[in-house]
Amino acid sequence: MSHHIVEVKDLTYVYPDGTPGIRNISFRVIHGESVAIIGPNGAGKSTLLLHLNGYLTPASGFVRIGDLPLTGGTLREIRRTVGMIFQDPDDQLFMPTIYDDVAFGPHNLGIPRDEIERRVLSALSRMGIEHLRDKPPYRLSAGEKRRAAIATVLSMIPDILVMDEPSTGLDPVGRRELIALLKEFTHTKIIATHDLDLVADLCERTIVLDGGEIRADGPTSGIFRNEELLRECHMEKPLSMQGCPVCSPAK
Amino acid sequence: MAEIAGAFSDLSYLDYLSTKESRIHRLDPRAKLLVVMVFIACIVSFQRHSVSALIPYFFFPAVMIALAGIPLRYLLKKYLFLLPFAVLIGVFNPIFDHTPLLTIGPITISGGWVSFTSIIIRFTLTVLAAFILIAVTGFNGVCAALERFHVPKIFSVQLMMLYRYIFVLSGEAMRMVRARDMRSVGKKGTEINVYGSLVGHLLLRTWDRAQRVHMAMLSRGFNGEFYVKRPLVLKASDVAFTALWCSLFILFRFINLPVMVGHLILGAN
Repeated sequence: MSHHIVEVKDLTYVYPDGTPGIRNISFRVIHGESVAIIGPNGAGKSTLLLHLNGYLTPASGFVRIGDLPLTGGTLREIRRTVGMIFQDPDDQLFMPTIYDDVAFGPHNLGIPRDEIERRVLSALSRMGIEHLRDKPPYRLSAGEKRRAAIATVLSMIPDILVMDEPSTGLDPVGRRELIALLKEFTHTKIIATHDLDLVADLCERTIVLDGGEIRADGPTSGIFRNEELLRECHMEKPLSMQGCPVCSPAK
Repeated sequence: MAEIAGAFSDLSYLDYLSTKESRIHRLDPRAKLLVVMVFIACIVSFQRHSVSALIPYFFFPAVMIALAGIPLRYLLKKYLFLLPFAVLIGVFNPIFDHTPLLTIGPITISGGWVSFTSIIIRFTLTVLAAFILIAVTGFNGVCAALERFHVPKIFSVQLMMLYRYIFVLSGEAMRMVRARDMRSVGKKGTEINVYGSLVGHLLLRTWDRAQRVHMAMLSRGFNGEFYVKRPLVLKASDVAFTALWCSLFILFRFINLPVMVGHLILGAN
């Protein structure tokens, strides 16, 4: 796959119990781009993400990853290409030790044993958690769990990283470190979050979802200056863009 | 509800013990699992009135506890916690079974009391053996051994998952119970309707979590196969350990050592 394009066209999804999920979502993310998906609670962010690796099947519309349309036949390849990092690391770390967990993906891809070993070690060192390899997940701190969860995906060498609220539950330093790490990644990134400061640091483009529809799609800086839009979508300018309450209080 | 929290931290303590170093710890999990299985099989195969023939089996837990350095206090506490269940199972035997079996001077002991004693002894031995197995092998070691013994994968994976999520779920349950306790001012808050909804919620949450875990598995290409990296190599010491204990257990099974010793001392009669 030469270009890791994510294309979503007219995506509509309704939950089995009739709750509307998302409506007519269309966008295109090109290779190496970092895109934030923001919006109030229940805007459909997670629902949208679950379509990107085929966990949910849309009622209408389609998803294309690179050259492949997302269908039953391409699911395997697409799940390798799109690395999903879930909101709660406890959901993602299900094996007895961190090593086993990071090896889970490559093993399912049918990769030879010594290559698995190499990949696991490189994913662990990339996240700076080599020392945790033989630990069971329940002995890890929230920050360590988050790093481990990302490592489980990195070992599959995905082209696209899809993350749901990567900074929740982290202390400020842990969050800072995570942002610095993610910044180094050259993957195409799609990040759903409420942490707009993280968006300001990581993503050059932002898609605003509200009520299951796209409200805005454009450069992050422009969207964050549109205070009216942010207010309507239950959001606030990132703190880094707000004036200091001590030195320059709002007029 | 603090006792539940305690029970789970105890559980992880048992697992922590398995990370220690000793000659027993270094043995292959398969060897230890097999020995404990043979041990339990021998014990349950005795007739219901056996008491004296079971005594030599205490040798095994005693040696293991000593060699592996398992804190005895902790083990006894766990044992006493479970003892009431065994008592409950055997408690009706003395009531229903009055067949005189044994007379010591003026006292006649009925078959019920003998079988009750037998149940308690068997329970003690098997429970100790199971605790010792986990404490020197770790839960995941036991799962790996089960897998190598070609136990259907669904069982070993099931156990592995259970063990992985028992801490997450117990944490969830504990938080719910704490929230209830804090708001049930003056009342106990243990009314059946509160309790019912608590358990119901826990079930629903578990269900949700299971779905999310499955989702995480699928997105990493899960196709029904589990793979756990744990190269197990059988060493001479493992074979010796297994052979020695198993033959000893089988010997104890067919030769009633205490009776034999008694005969030797008192002379055959």
